[in-house]
Amino acid sequence: MSPSLEQPVVARGYDSESVTRKIGDVVLARPIQRGWLGGFAFAFALLMLLNFAIGWLLMRGVGVWGVNVPVAWGFAIVNFVWWIGIGHARTFISAILLLLHQDWRTSINRFAEAMTLFAVACAGLFPLLHLGRPWVFYWLLPYPDTMGLWPQWRSPLVWDVFAVSTYLTVSLMFWYVGLIPDLATMRDRAVPRPLQLLYGITALGWRGSARHWKRYQTAYLLLAGLATPLVLSVHSVVSFDFAVAIVPGWHSTIFPPYFVAGAIFSGFAVVLTLLIPVRKAYGLQDFITLRHLENCAKIMLATGLMVAHGYSIEAFMAWYSDDKFDIYMTLNRMFGPYAPVWCLLIGCNVLVPQALWFKKIRTTPVILFVVALLVNVGMWTERYVIVVTSLSRDFLPSAWGSFHGTRWDWMTLFGAFGLFLSLLFLFLRLLPAISITEMRKLVWDSAKPRQP
Amino acid sequence: MTPKPYGLMAAFLHPEELLAAARAAHQAGYREMDAYSPFPVEGVAEALGFEHTRVSLVVLIGGMTGAVVAYGIQYYSAVRDYPLDVGGRPPHSWPSFIPITFELTILFAAFAAVFGMLLMNGLPKPYHPVFNAPEFKLASQTRFFLCLQATDPQFGEQTKAFLESLNPISVHEVAS
Repeated sequence: MSPSLEQPVVARGYDSESVTRKIGDVVLARPIQRGWLGGFAFAFALLMLLNFAIGWLLMRGVGVWGVNVPVAWGFAIVNFVWWIGIGHARTFISAILLLLHQDWRTSINRFAEAMTLFAVACAGLFPLLHLGRPWVFYWLLPYPDTMGLWPQWRSPLVWDVFAVSTYLTVSLMFWYVGLIPDLATMRDRAVPRPLQLLYGITALGWRGSARHWKRYQTAYLLLAGLATPLVLSVHSVVSFDFAVAIVPGWHSTIFPPYFVAGAIFSGFAVVLTLLIPVRKAYGLQDFITLRHLENCAKIMLATGLMVAHGYSIEAFMAWYSDDKFDIYMTLNRMFGPYAPVWCLLIGCNVLVPQALWFKKIRTTPVILFVVALLVNVGMWTERYVIVVTSLSRDFLPSAWGSFHGTRWDWMTLFGAFGLFLSLLFLFLRLLPAISITEMRKLVWDSAKPRQP
Repeated sequence: MTPKPYGLMAAFLHPEELLAAARAAHQAGYREMDAYSPFPVEGVAEALGFEHTRVSLVVLIGGMTGAVVAYGIQYYSAVRDYPLDVGGRPPHSWPSFIPITFELTILFAAFAAVFGMLLMNGLPKPYHPVFNAPEFKLASQTRFFLCLQATDPQFGEQTKAFLESLNPISVHEVAS
C-alpha cells in the first residue's frame, strides 16, 4: 500500500509551534483535573495496599504467601515474568522500529518507554521479596565478602540478576537521553520559577548545538542498537530460569523464543490498554491516530499467533518425546485441577486475538481496549499455568501438592498495579508524554514534498 | 571599554536557511561557530566542519571493557579463587559464562554511549553565554540560530554585515 492511502501518522495542519504547544501544555498549562485526581487517588490507595502487604511479608516471612514445597514459586515469579514481559513492547517500539525507520513509532515511543521503566520497577520487586530476606539482596552480586564466596555463575538465577538490572539501567538511560531536549523545551516554556529550575537542572543545560545534536543522534542510535539484542536476551534469560531446570513442562528449548514472543504480545496489549484511555483523556487523537492503534493491534495479532504456535509445539513435543512425565503434565494442564486457568489462558491468548483479523475491530478503540485487556489477563494466566501446574505435579505422586494464592498474594498483585499506575499518573503530569523534538522533526519532514 | 562579546547570533525561521547560512559562513572562512536548533537538522554539523564524532569509538571501548570485566571476574572466581565441583563439570565451563558476559557488554557500552556523549558535549553546563541572546528560548522550540564566536580570527567589524547578508530575521550581539 502506498503511504498516501494509509491513515496519516499525524493529523494535518501542525507545525513546530503548535506541536510544542499541544504536547507541552498538557503538562504546563492544563490545570489538574478531577479525572486525574480521582485516578491518582485510586492508584495511590492501591500503592498503600502494596505497602501494607509488603510490611506484613517482612514481619512474618514468605510463609504468608501460598508458596510451599513443591510449589515454591508462586505469584512472585508469575508476576515477575509478567511485568518484565510488558516492558518488551517498549524496546520493540523505541529501538527496533527506530532502526527500521518506522516513523509512526514517534508519538507512542516516549509513553511506551515510561511504561517499561515502571513495569521493570514492579518486576524487580518480586524476586527481591521472594528472596525471603530482601535486605541481603546484595549477596547476589560479586563482591569480596568475608567468607570468600562468589555467586554461582552456572545458575540462570544469577544470570537473571545481571539481565534484569542491565535492562532496568539501560531502559532508564535510554528514556532519559530521549527526554533531554524536551526537558530543555519545558525549561524554556515553564513560567513558575521552581518549574524552570526543575526542568533546567534535569535538562543539563541542553542548548541544541549542532555538534551536540550530532553526538546525541549517534549515541541514541547506538543505544537503540544495543537495546535490541538486550531485549531479546532478557526474556530469554528469564526463560532459562525454567528451561534449565528438569521439571516437566519447563525443560524445553522452545522457551526462549516463545517467551520473547509472549513478552512482545503482552507488552503491546498493555500499551493499548493504557494508550486508548490516555489519548482520549488528553485529546491527543491527532498524534496518536487510529493508524497507531491499528499497527499495535497487527503486531499483537502476529505475536499472538507465535505464542499459539508455541503452545501447540509444547503439546506436540510432549507427545512426540514419548516421555510419560511430559505427557502427563500436558494432560494435567488441560484436564487437571488447574484446567479452568488453562481454559482462560487459551480463550484469552488464542481465541480472543483472532478478532484482530478484522479491520473494523482494529480501528474501534473501545473493542480494541477490551481485547487488549483480555490478552493481559491471558498472559498472566499463561505464566501461572507454566509455574504452578509443572511444580505441583512433577514426578512422583507422593511428592505432589497444590497451590493457591493467599489474600497476601492477591494484595501484592493488585498493589503492584498501584505502584505502576501512580508512577504513570505522575509521569503524565510532569513530563511530556510524547517526544516533542521528534514530533517537530516529523511534522517538518512530512510538510516537505516527498523526495522521489 | 566595553567587554568583548561572546559572538554574534543570527536567527532564522527555517532549517534550510540555517543550513545555507552555515555553509556560507564556513565558505567565508569562519570556523569558531555553532548552530542551534530545536531538532537535529541534517547536514548542519558537517557544514560547520564537524564531520566525525568519536561516540562510536567510545561505545566500542566501553563494550569491550564490559566483556573483559565480566568474563574475567567469572573466570577468576570460578577457576582460580574458589573452584567448586558441581556434578563433575569443569571449573572453566565457559558456555555458562556467556549470558553475563553479554549483559555486561551491553551495560558498559550503554554507559559509555550516554556518559561519553554527555561529557564530550560538555554537559551538564547550566550556564552558557548563548543563553543571553534575545529570544534564545525559541532555540528549543521553533527557531534556528547561527552564532559566530568572537574567538574566531576572522571575527571583526565586517561580521555583522556578513550575517545580515544571509537573510536572517535578526542579528544580535551575545554578551560573554
